[in-house]
This record gives sequence, C-alpha cells and structure tokens, in this order.
Amino acid sequence: MHIRWNWKRKTIAALLLGAASLWAGTGRLSTRGGSRVRADYPAGRPATVRTVSDDAAARAAFLAAAPVFTHPRCQNCHPAGDAPLQGDDSHPHAQSVKRGPDGRGKYGMKCSACHQLTNLPGANMPPGAPNWHLPPPNMRMVFVGRTPGELCRQLKDPSQNGGKTIHQIIEHVASDKLVLWGWNPGEGRTTPPLGHTEFAGLMNQWASNGAACPETAENR
Amino acid sequence: MIALNVNRRQYSVDVDPATPLLWVIRENIGLAGTKYGCGMAQCGACTVHIDGEAVRSCVTPVSRAAGKIVTTIEGLSADLSHPLQQAWIAEDVPQCGYCQSGQIMSAAVLLRENSKPTDSDIDDAMSGNICRCGTYPRIRRAIRRAAQLMASGGAK
Ligand code: FES
Ligand code: FES
Repeated sequence: MHIRWNWKRKTIAALLLGAASLWAGTGRLSTRGGSRVRADYPAGRPATVRTVSDDAAARAAFLAAAPVFTHPRCQNCHPAGDAPLQGDDSHPHAQSVKRGPDGRGKYGMKCSACHQLTNLPGANMPPGAPNWHLPPPNMRMVFVGRTPGELCRQLKDPSQNGGKTIHQIIEHVASDKLVLWGWNPGEGRTTPPLGHTEFAGLMNQWASNGAACPETAENR
Repeated sequence: MIALNVNRRQYSVDVDPATPLLWVIRENIGLAGTKYGCGMAQCGACTVHIDGEAVRSCVTPVSRAAGKIVTTIEGLSADLSHPLQQAWIAEDVPQCGYCQSGQIMSAAVLLRENSKPTDSDIDDAMSGNICRCGTYPRIRRAIRRAAQLMASGGAK
C-alpha cells in the first residue's frame, strides 16, 4: 500500500514537473513535437504517465526505483565508510571487516573467508553469492545516505560507476548475481521494497526515457 | 568421492559435497589441530587455508576445496620451523590454546601479504579471531617477532 501511494505521489510530482517544463517551453516534448506513447510501459502504471515528457517519465521511474538502492540488502555493501554493514539497522560488520585494497577484504579477512557461492542454511549464517565484494576504494559507489538525485547522478557518471554505460548499468541491475542476491538473501533477511522484476523494469524505463535524474528540492 | 590435497597429501573422501570442510579435516582425515568454536564464521577457531587464503572451514563446503591445496595448522611446517611457530613458542602465547591454530593461520596470511605489519595492520588481519582467554597482547608481540625473524632470515 505504502509503495503504491508513494508511486502516486511521485507520479503527480512528475506530472506537475512535466507540465511546468512544457509551459516554460523547455521540455523535451516541445522540441520533439509531441509526446510518444510507450508500448513498453509495464502494466499497472497510471496511463497518464505515458503522455508526460521523457525526462519526467525517467525521473518518475528512478524515484520509484530509488528505495531499492537504500534498502539494507543493497546499501549494506555500498557503505560510506570502509566497513561493510550488516542487518536491517545497517550496523558495521562484526569482526571489524574492512573494504580492503580491491573491495574484497584484507589479509585473512577477505570476504570469501566466510561468504560462499550460495547462502548457507540457518539463521545468522553467512549469506553467499558469486563474486561477493564491496566496490573498490577508488570507485566506492556509496548508496548509504544518498538522495535519489545523488544516487542517479552517481550511477550515470562513468567516473563513479566503474566506466559503465547506461546500457551496462541496466544489464547489471537486471542480471548480476550479486544484485539478484538482494531478493534471495537467505533466512531471516528482509528483501527490498520492490520485486526484482519491477525494479529492473523501472530502471529500464528510466534509461529508455533518457535517464534524467530527480531534480525537485526534496529528491535532489 | 571428493579428492583433496591436505598438507601436501592426497585424500579421497566419501562425503556429501555440502559437508563443512572442518568436519572432513577432523573426522575423515583425522587432523584435530583445527578447532570447532562456533560453526557460523564468528570466531575464527576453524581457520585453514585454501590455496593460501584463509577460510572459515566450519562454513566452507568441502566441495570448494576439491582440486585445491588445503593447509591446516599441522601443515604450516613439518618441524616447527615456521617463523610464526617459533615466535608463538618464544612469546609463550597460548593460554588454553583453543583459538591458537586459527590465530596462527590468520597471522600467516597477514605476514605473507605484509612483511612489516603495523599495529593497525595486525588489527585488520586478526579481528576475526576471538580469544576467550584474552591473549591478544601476546599474539600481537608474536606476530611482530615473527616478522622480525622473517626479515632477518632467522627462520624459513
Ligand atoms: S568455528 Fe568456524 S568461525 Fe567459529
Ligand atoms: S588461548 Fe584460550 S581461547 Fe585463545
């Protein structure tokens, strides 16, 4: 319920934004000579969104997807500091685990000392997925404490995203095994507020509508 | 059957591939120097090496070790000549001893990657190995001594 309400609120904001930019004559609609109806828009979304400008649709899609990035299953390995985080309260990882020179831990405290290729059965057992790691220190991709706008700009910026194109970003969120782990995190762990298919769909809409980033004061 | 190389010897064990490596080392192969503390990667007592990297053998499925080189505390050296073994003896580190094989296996990775560790390097490397007897100050001294031994070529 909360997610749906949120979506409506954000859609209205996007519509207002789209209308404002049309009125000001600066929207992409006016330069392209009309709105396009997107056949790839997933079912269940308000039909009105189809007629707003590309930028507004992109922003609305990103805003709807953003809570996934800052869910503990995703942000715990995208910390602001040098320690991975754990739990739904995102506390620093037990055993003083560190990011290390390549994001894979340090010395005998590398991620793979405990994290296997799959989750281990039982509560509080180490979760696992292929390539378990944090972003490296020179490409930190921080999610913790980021606004949707900050997340979006970081994600688009090749100097901050590991040199990825938008297309590669979309591929990454759609099929990377470590990303997918967030929706299969093992016993006792919550999952992000959207399903993975919905999340990947929104990211795809964001990209296909031009990947504009949220710009309103509260989301910038 | 799973083929394992443990301390430079070949073994073939008939176990479920998901069996923790620790069980196989202790029960099937009979090397009891590696200890069971928590069984959930929290204490470090079960630390061994796979291809030179520390793993918590209590949570590592034996299948991960197939075709790799496993080293346990018994395999660090055959004659107590490893600098860590010499330093541990010289500093009289163990109290009850239960955590110590895991401590030494973690310290071995540290010294391989960093021959002159600072106190903060030692913290980063050893923070996953709990000692309920609180021998941490002696462990720190022993690691420093082992680093010196290695630097002076006093032990192999
Ligand atoms: S017994 Fe493996 S970490 Fe405690
Ligand atoms: S010496 Fe007793 S637990 Fe470390």
